[in-house]
Amino acid sequence: MRRSPQGRLAAVVLKEFIQMRRDRLTFAMMVGIPLMQLILFGFAINTDPKRLPTGIVSGDHSRYTRALVAAMANSGYFRIVDDDMTEAEADRAIERGSVQFALTIPPDFTRKLLRGERPRFLVEADGTDPAATSNALRALEGISQRIWQKELPGATSRVAGGAPAASLAIHARYNPEAITQYNIVPGLMGVVLTMTMVIITSLAITREKERGTMEHLLGTPVRPAEVMVGKIVPYIVVGYIQVVLVLLAAAFLFRVPVRGSIPLLLACALLFIVANLSVGLTFSTVAKNQLQAVQMSFFFFLPSILLSGFMFPFRGMPGWAQMIGSALPLTHFLRIVRGIMLKGNGFADVAQHLVPIAAFCAIALAIGIRRYRQTLD
Amino acid sequence: MENPQRDRTSAAPREREVIVDVRGLTKRFADVLAVDGVDMKIRRGQVYGFLGPNGSGKTTFIRMLCGLLEPTAGEGTCLGYDILTQQREIKHHVGYMTQRFSLYEDLTVRENLDFTARLYGVADRPRRVAQSLEELGLAERRNQLAGNLSGGWKQRLSLGCALLHQPRLLLLDEPTAGVDPKARRDFWEQIQTMAEKNGLTVLITTHYMDEAERCHELSYLAYGRLLVRGTPADLLRHAAIRVWAIRGPELNALAIALREGDGLEQVVAFGNALHVVSDDPARIRAALGRHLTPAHTAEEIEPGLDDVFIHLMEKSSDNFS
Repeated sequence: MRRSPQGRLAAVVLKEFIQMRRDRLTFAMMVGIPLMQLILFGFAINTDPKRLPTGIVSGDHSRYTRALVAAMANSGYFRIVDDDMTEAEADRAIERGSVQFALTIPPDFTRKLLRGERPRFLVEADGTDPAATSNALRALEGISQRIWQKELPGATSRVAGGAPAASLAIHARYNPEAITQYNIVPGLMGVVLTMTMVIITSLAITREKERGTMEHLLGTPVRPAEVMVGKIVPYIVVGYIQVVLVLLAAAFLFRVPVRGSIPLLLACALLFIVANLSVGLTFSTVAKNQLQAVQMSFFFFLPSILLSGFMFPFRGMPGWAQMIGSALPLTHFLRIVRGIMLKGNGFADVAQHLVPIAAFCAIALAIGIRRYRQTLD
Repeated sequence: MENPQRDRTSAAPREREVIVDVRGLTKRFADVLAVDGVDMKIRRGQVYGFLGPNGSGKTTFIRMLCGLLEPTAGEGTCLGYDILTQQREIKHHVGYMTQRFSLYEDLTVRENLDFTARLYGVADRPRRVAQSLEELGLAERRNQLAGNLSGGWKQRLSLGCALLHQPRLLLLDEPTAGVDPKARRDFWEQIQTMAEKNGLTVLITTHYMDEAERCHELSYLAYGRLLVRGTPADLLRHAAIRVWAIRGPELNALAIALREGDGLEQVVAFGNALHVVSDDPARIRAALGRHLTPAHTAEEIEPGLDDVFIHLMEKSSDNFS
């Protein structure tokens, strides 16, 4: 009998294709993950965020101040959400994160400008995410140089040395030195929890199925809720160990300021941990084997890290990407952690972010418990 | 023997409490009918043998009995509880030893027992676990990981876990597959002692005929249907078959000749003999006359359970396949 090495190679190739076809999820992932990355990186992610919400506190209304505001809006970086705020309102808006910038024009601005006294105007920026604000601030500096030459050609001549007719003062709140770690390190807490909590629990029930121990478990009088909660509780402890580690590293290694209440942060972390564990458990009831469970976790992790505002500024993304991002617990947890640690947010400020996490958690758990089978059917 | 509806419990007194009583139990998976209208009645203290080829629906039937699968059709009770609505009560009183080792390989022997005892809410747990370790002879291995045990010890541990909560019904799914002969014998002695002394009822699946012969009553399943049931003695007595054992040289060639040349369906090698089975003795005699050489010896023997069941299979495959 003649031996054919090509035949053996063909046999292995053929077998791989057959197995690939049987494992639909792996195949879907092989197509789905590149597609997802292509769409996310190609369309959703924008490291040069524009149309950032801006509030105006104006003590002076003249054609010059209107020209300044119009020039800012025309630059594309600023979207004026409120052009008549009080100082206190602007403060509050930055703290809550509803505006990224607040422009303050002092009452005697026009008068001083016309007299050539080089009045100052102030832009306050939410500096928690330096990447989100830096380009806009650079654009603003350009505007403040050029605009007065155009609007008031004579004024520059009255100022010595050709300096701009008005001077821009920039005040980056919360992170004046624009230290990236201040933004990244607190955010890492959420990222680490998302990654580990989802993967660990996604394996929890799948492992029992794969090893055959599910049959033993189902043969006993144990209830579904007892199994689910019993599998979640140990990982809450693990999650808290991670939270404490990140907090210690943030405070002592990276010297990130911790302005807000640690107990509040720990309380919020509980909800976030449970939300991620619920997702994992739900995956666990769907996945047929441990590999699929890990794949599904990865499928959840990818948009979480890309669309939550951890890696790239949230406000730089198009509307549809922001909508997906808003559904993910990490997006809201990042705002909570950064809010508490960097801005000193209290419960009233973070409550708005807890609601979507709680909703997500409830939906994930409901699906998980519905899908958990008390039989082997 | 052809009538599976007949109720025979000669080994156990008729008036004994009925532990399992199901009628028309059916399970359909997608387009496969795994179990098709099976009835079963088991009385207290019986060791009930459940036989049939692989894939005949034995495991599916057992899983329905203890609430692990929902029957597609059928009704009945297990330990007096409705199998359709009272699965939790049933689980409290049933010990189920799965076909595949289903304990935690990354827990030690003692941890597995302890975990199982907690799930069943066993009273006086530490003492019960220690007692179980002693009874199983696993005391010395209590801190060994279950995954590192050999097949025989895994089987003992599984049995120990199934008995921890002192169940009234024990479901054993091929407990002796892959277990050495001595361990097999010890296992059976233990099962029979518990049935006789404590009134434990046992439903056991097996492929070993020596084990089948030790059961009080048997059911034989094929293609999801109950082919026959009765005591081993009844089955043999009512089996209308005749068996010849042939010894001699080149039995394989002889077997092929008998099967193909003379259309004898059941020509099966048993050890160093060939069993020729049929319900028509004249055909066997004629065929043997044509093919046997002087070097062969042929003698008619008493049918064994093997012969009976293989005969049933051959006949039923005509109807089902």
